[in-house]
Amino acid sequence: MADDNIFKQNNRTEGGPIKARTNPFTGLLPIMRKEAIHIRRDPMALFFTVLIPMIQLFMIGYAINTNVRNIPTVIYDAARTQESKRLLDRFVNSDDFKIVKYVTNDEELTREIVAGRAKVGIKIPPDYSRLLLAGETANVLILIDGSESSVAGEALNVANGIAMSESLERALSVSVTRQQLPVAARPKVLFNPDSRSANFLIPGMIAVLMQMMTVLLTAIAIVRERERGTLEQLYMTPIKPLGLMLGKIIPYAVVAYAETLLLITFMRWAFGVPIRGDLLLLLLLVTPFILTMLGFGLLISTRANTYQEATQAAFGTMMPSIFLSGYIFPIDTMPVFFQMLSKIIPTTYLIEIFRGIILRGANLADLWKQGLILTMMSMIMISVSAMRFNKKTQ
Amino acid sequence: MPAISTQDLTIKFGNFTAVDRVSLQVEGGEIFGFLGPNGSGKTTLIKALCGLLRPALGKGTVLGFDCVTEAEQIRQRVGYMSQKFSLYEDLSVRENIEFYAGVYGLSGNYLKRRKDETIALTHLEPYLDRRAGKLSGGWKQRLALACAFIHEPKLLFLDEPTAGIDPVARRDLWDLLFQLSGRGVTFFVTTHYMDEAERCGRVGYIYLSKLIAYGTPEELKQMPEVSPMGTKRIEIDTLQTSSALLFMKGKDYVRDATIFGQSIHLLMDDNVSMDQVKTDLKREGYNGAALRPITPSLEDVFVTLTNSLNEP
Repeated sequence: MADDNIFKQNNRTEGGPIKARTNPFTGLLPIMRKEAIHIRRDPMALFFTVLIPMIQLFMIGYAINTNVRNIPTVIYDAARTQESKRLLDRFVNSDDFKIVKYVTNDEELTREIVAGRAKVGIKIPPDYSRLLLAGETANVLILIDGSESSVAGEALNVANGIAMSESLERALSVSVTRQQLPVAARPKVLFNPDSRSANFLIPGMIAVLMQMMTVLLTAIAIVRERERGTLEQLYMTPIKPLGLMLGKIIPYAVVAYAETLLLITFMRWAFGVPIRGDLLLLLLLVTPFILTMLGFGLLISTRANTYQEATQAAFGTMMPSIFLSGYIFPIDTMPVFFQMLSKIIPTTYLIEIFRGIILRGANLADLWKQGLILTMMSMIMISVSAMRFNKKTQ
Repeated sequence: MPAISTQDLTIKFGNFTAVDRVSLQVEGGEIFGFLGPNGSGKTTLIKALCGLLRPALGKGTVLGFDCVTEAEQIRQRVGYMSQKFSLYEDLSVRENIEFYAGVYGLSGNYLKRRKDETIALTHLEPYLDRRAGKLSGGWKQRLALACAFIHEPKLLFLDEPTAGIDPVARRDLWDLLFQLSGRGVTFFVTTHYMDEAERCGRVGYIYLSKLIAYGTPEELKQMPEVSPMGTKRIEIDTLQTSSALLFMKGKDYVRDATIFGQSIHLLMDDNVSMDQVKTDLKREGYNGAALRPITPSLEDVFVTLTNSLNEP
C-alpha cells in the first residue's frame, strides 16, 4: 500500500529516527535527570530528609541507656554493727547502688520508694550480727520498685550476687583463714566491653532510619506525579515502566547512600562507636537493602493516590520493623510466630549486617547469607512493583 | 488514509461501558472537535487510542497503527496535552522541553533543530529560564503544547486545552493550532466551548458513552433530528429574558426555549407566525421585543440531541 506510508514515513534525518523502541528501559535517563532537578530544586525537602534522621539519631542515641548504674537506694540499718556496715559497703562499692538516704524505721523506708525518690530499699534487721555470729541465717530485706523492669532486674541480680558472695566468704572464713573464694567467674564481654547500649542500638537505629527515609522518598516521588496529573502525561509517552521506576529509584538511592555515610560518620565520631569491620563491605551489603526499600516505596505508590496515603503506609510499615527486626528486642526471645515474621522483614538482615560488621568485625564469609537474601528480596520487590505498574497502565 | 479510524470501539470498566461502539474517522490534517459533557467518555477514548486501555469490542487505528498491538509506535508518534496543566512546575521552561525531548529520544542536531523550531513557534524564548509554575495560564498551555509537539508528531490529542485560560490566550492558542494544521498536523481536540467547536473542520458529540452526532458543524445543523419537520427557530430579544422564557415555555406551540445571553432561542411550530408570537408577548406586557428567524447553533444541536435522548 503506497499511501500507507503517509504517517509512517520517516522525516527525521539524524538524531531522532522514529523506530520502535523496544528497549525496556526507555525513559530512564530523562527521568533520572528530571528527578535530580526535583531534588535540587527542593532544598527544604532534602534538608529535612537528611536532617530528621540525624536529629533522631542524636536524640535516641543520647537518651537511651539501658545500662543501669547508680540506682537510688534508701537504707534502714537497724543493726548498726560492724557486720552490717561491711555489707552496706559492698552495696555502695558495687557502683550499681547509690545511697540517697538513711532512714530509721520501716514506714520511712516504704515511703521513699512509693514517692519514687528511691528504687531500692535495704533493711538490715536488728539481730543481723547476732544471727551471723550464732551461725544462723540472717535475713536482709531488699525492697525493689518493679515499675521499671530493667532497673528491677539489675537490682535483683546485683543484690543476690552481693548476698551470695558475702555468705560464701563468711561460710568459708570459718575454716579457711584466707578471705578469698575458691572459684571466681571472670566474665569478659566481647565486642562491646562496657556493654554500652549506644553500640548495640545505634547500628540498628541507622538501619531503621534508612528504611523510613528510602520508603518515604520513593513513595512520595511517584504519588506527587499522580497528584499533579503528570503521571497521566507520562503514560501517553513511550516511557516504559521499568525505565520510569529505575529512573525514579536511582537518584534517591544516591541520596540514601549519602545519608547512610553521614549517619555512620556521626555514629563513629559523635557516639564513639568503633567500626571493626570493612566499611566498603558494609556499603556493598547496604545496596540490596536500599533497592528493596525503594522498590517497596514504589509498591506503596502504585496503591496510594495521595501524599497522605503514601506517608501513612510508609509509617505503618515502620512498626513491625522497629519491634520485630531485633533493633530493640532480641529475636531469639520472641515466640516462634514472630521469629518467622522477623525473617521476612528486610531490616532484620540489615541490622545483622550492621552489627556484624560494625561491632564484631564480621566479613563477607560471615554475612553472605544476609546479603543473598536481601538481593533476592530486592529483585522480587522491584519486579512486583513493575508488574503492578504495568497493570495500572493497561 | 485517515489519521484516526475506529470501528465499534468499546471500552468497559467492569460493568460500566465508558465508550460504547464508537465509529469515527479523522482525516489527516484536519482539526477534529470532540464534544460531550464531563464523564461522557472523551478522555477514555483518547486513552484507548493511545493503547492505554484495551477495547472490549471493536478496533481502532491511529496513524495506520493498531491501538492494541502497535501502541508503542503510536505513543512515539502522537503528542498529548491534557486538560489540567500537567508539567513540572519546579522545572524551568527549558528543562520541561528538554525532559520531553529526552523522553521521545531526540538527540544531536535533530534535537537542537526541534528545540529551536518549537520555541520559535510558541514564542517561549523570553521565558526559557522561568519556572513553569510561575507562568500565567496561557503561557503554561503554550509550554504544554511545546512539550507535546517537540518530537514532531503527526497527530496531537488536546484534552480540553483551553479550560480555564482567558479568552485572549484561548484565541492565541487556536491561531497556533491553525498554523500547525496548515502544515499537515492532525488535531483531535476535546472541548466544552461551542465557539471552539465551530472552528473545527468536523465535530463529534459523545453523550452517555455513545457518539450521537458526527460531521461538519454545517451538517450537524441540518440534521433532521435537530430541526424536525414543521418546526422553525426564532430568536427573541427582550429585556426581561427570564420571565419571558417562562411565559414562552407555557405556550403549546413552543417545543423548546433556552436563554442565549440577552435573548431567547425558540424551537416552535412552523405554522405559528412570528407576528402571533409578538402579539402574545405584547399581551403579557413584553413591549418592544425584537424577533428574527435563526438557524440552529451548534449548542442548539447538542441541546436538542441530548434532550431527545433523555425523553423516552
